[in-house]
Amino acid sequence: MTRRLGGPGVAAAVLLAAIVAITLLAPLLAPYNPDLPDLFNALGGATAAHPLGGDALGRDVLSRLMYGARTTLLAPVLVICVASAAGTTLAIVAAWAGGKVDAVVSRLLDVLFSVPGIVFALVTVAVLGPGVPGVVIGLAVAYTPYVARVVRSAALRERGLPYVAAAWVQGRSATAICLRHLLPNLRPIIVAQSVSALGFAVIDVAAVSFLGLGVQPPTADWGLMVKSGLDSAMRGQPLEALSAGLLIALVVAAVNLLGDRLGRQS
Amino acid sequence: MRFLAKRLAGLVAVLLVASFLVYGLLYLVPGGPMAFLLGNRSGTPEQIAAIRAQYHLDDPFLVRYAAWLRDAVTGDFGTSLVYRQDVSALMASRATTTVFLVVYATLLIVTGGVAMGLLAGLRGGRADGVVTLVSSAFLATPPFVVGVILVIVFALGLGWFPVFGAGSGFGDRVHHLTLPAVTLSLASAAFLARVTRASVAEESGREHVETARSRGLAEGHIVRRHVLRNAAIPVVTVAGLNVAGLIAGSVVVESIFALDGLGSLFVRAILQRDFAIVQAVVLVLVTAFVLINLVVDLCYSALDPRLSRQ
Repeated sequence: MTRRLGGPGVAAAVLLAAIVAITLLAPLLAPYNPDLPDLFNALGGATAAHPLGGDALGRDVLSRLMYGARTTLLAPVLVICVASAAGTTLAIVAAWAGGKVDAVVSRLLDVLFSVPGIVFALVTVAVLGPGVPGVVIGLAVAYTPYVARVVRSAALRERGLPYVAAAWVQGRSATAICLRHLLPNLRPIIVAQSVSALGFAVIDVAAVSFLGLGVQPPTADWGLMVKSGLDSAMRGQPLEALSAGLLIALVVAAVNLLGDRLGRQS
Repeated sequence: MRFLAKRLAGLVAVLLVASFLVYGLLYLVPGGPMAFLLGNRSGTPEQIAAIRAQYHLDDPFLVRYAAWLRDAVTGDFGTSLVYRQDVSALMASRATTTVFLVVYATLLIVTGGVAMGLLAGLRGGRADGVVTLVSSAFLATPPFVVGVILVIVFALGLGWFPVFGAGSGFGDRVHHLTLPAVTLSLASAAFLARVTRASVAEESGREHVETARSRGLAEGHIVRRHVLRNAAIPVVTVAGLNVAGLIAGSVVVESIFALDGLGSLFVRAILQRDFAIVQAVVLVLVTAFVLINLVVDLCYSALDPRLSRQ
């Protein structure tokens, strides 16, 4: 695994693992309660007590960043899990059935693919009201074609191989062949495509939270922190916006690199 | 011609489905359309009766949909419950900012992205390395983070550009919308640079280019006639798809820079549950996406006549 990912790939994986570990251990590691206002630290700069200063209410920025990774990362992971499951199912059904089913599914995926993900999220939020559930549902629909299109063409290729015909001749059912043989062989492609979609999902979820339609205050969330940090920056304290923004960029860069490496092997 | 007719039929089908979904969404809302149309306000019986009449809520669903669609096609999207104004008028007054922003960003993407990609693809070596590194960084940074950093550095720090607003008059508008347009274009320009680089590098190694070289044709001629023309097809696709993405991206950018465009109208409408505006903006956005896709397809067949004959 290490050799396959290469040096930068391992570095990216370690960085992501470290961020996940820190956010899971946030109750032990965070120097302050992330929701506790402290007027003496409002819009405070970097000090020994508060290495990244305070936000507009004086809450410790470092502690909020540690807790904030939870919604920032968990929501996109949820989006990609749903989208991968739905996309893979659609792709294998389309590739196996072929003909009209394939044509209809492919057209549907093309249409979904032509509308940017964030628009789906905004529409579902409009129906369900601001909050994480609406964002996750909308983006899961939006990312389904991203996985399905690639998996479908791989499944078509796989379906034409002799071992599938051999299993069919032996009287194996279509379900058994798809689940036992096709799915395991397609796994590297599904994983690679899902990881590279995850990078975009992190950006989209954070963007919707930034708009005020995703994660709701007072929950600590990196996207929301960029938003509230922008107000703080206008009042002379850019630390909150910059630290949260750079963390998002760092996570996306690491996920993209990982997806790229995984994609090269499959 | 048959190609165009087929594409147009597909376009109309997509728009019909989209409009049906957009209209149907109103009925998925917990509490039904009435809860949505009233939002958080509690209406008097007269107001409720007026809304029922305005939205024809007593007619069957399909009849209402047909009536709404007929009005929408003529540009009548009803009245906003929050602003108490015609939705089309509200959108028209804000469309200028959004269109200006998207066109400005498109120009930056096409010139910047293609120039960077050509530099990396034709020169290679160190130029290639620098372009690849810069484009990876730009691709990983979400637009709203880029925007906030640009505001902090160039508007609040250096004071070169205004923080808010869209400006009035052409020169003032360009000044006000420079940071937003740069914000909107960075990631797409980086992506376009990569695609341009890859496709130029691929075309330069093809047999017909080697043949042209061995026949001693001038390098400039080879690049223009043989490399760029073939390399243009993926570049046009990506540029076109990116413009569609820009329209969605402008929603976020308008929020950072407090611009009074369609995007900020949309976000406010979602928060205020002003459904007439939400429906209208989504329909306009989807129409814009499909139209851009159509233009991209037409560009393909102009660049590669084989495609339209299939």
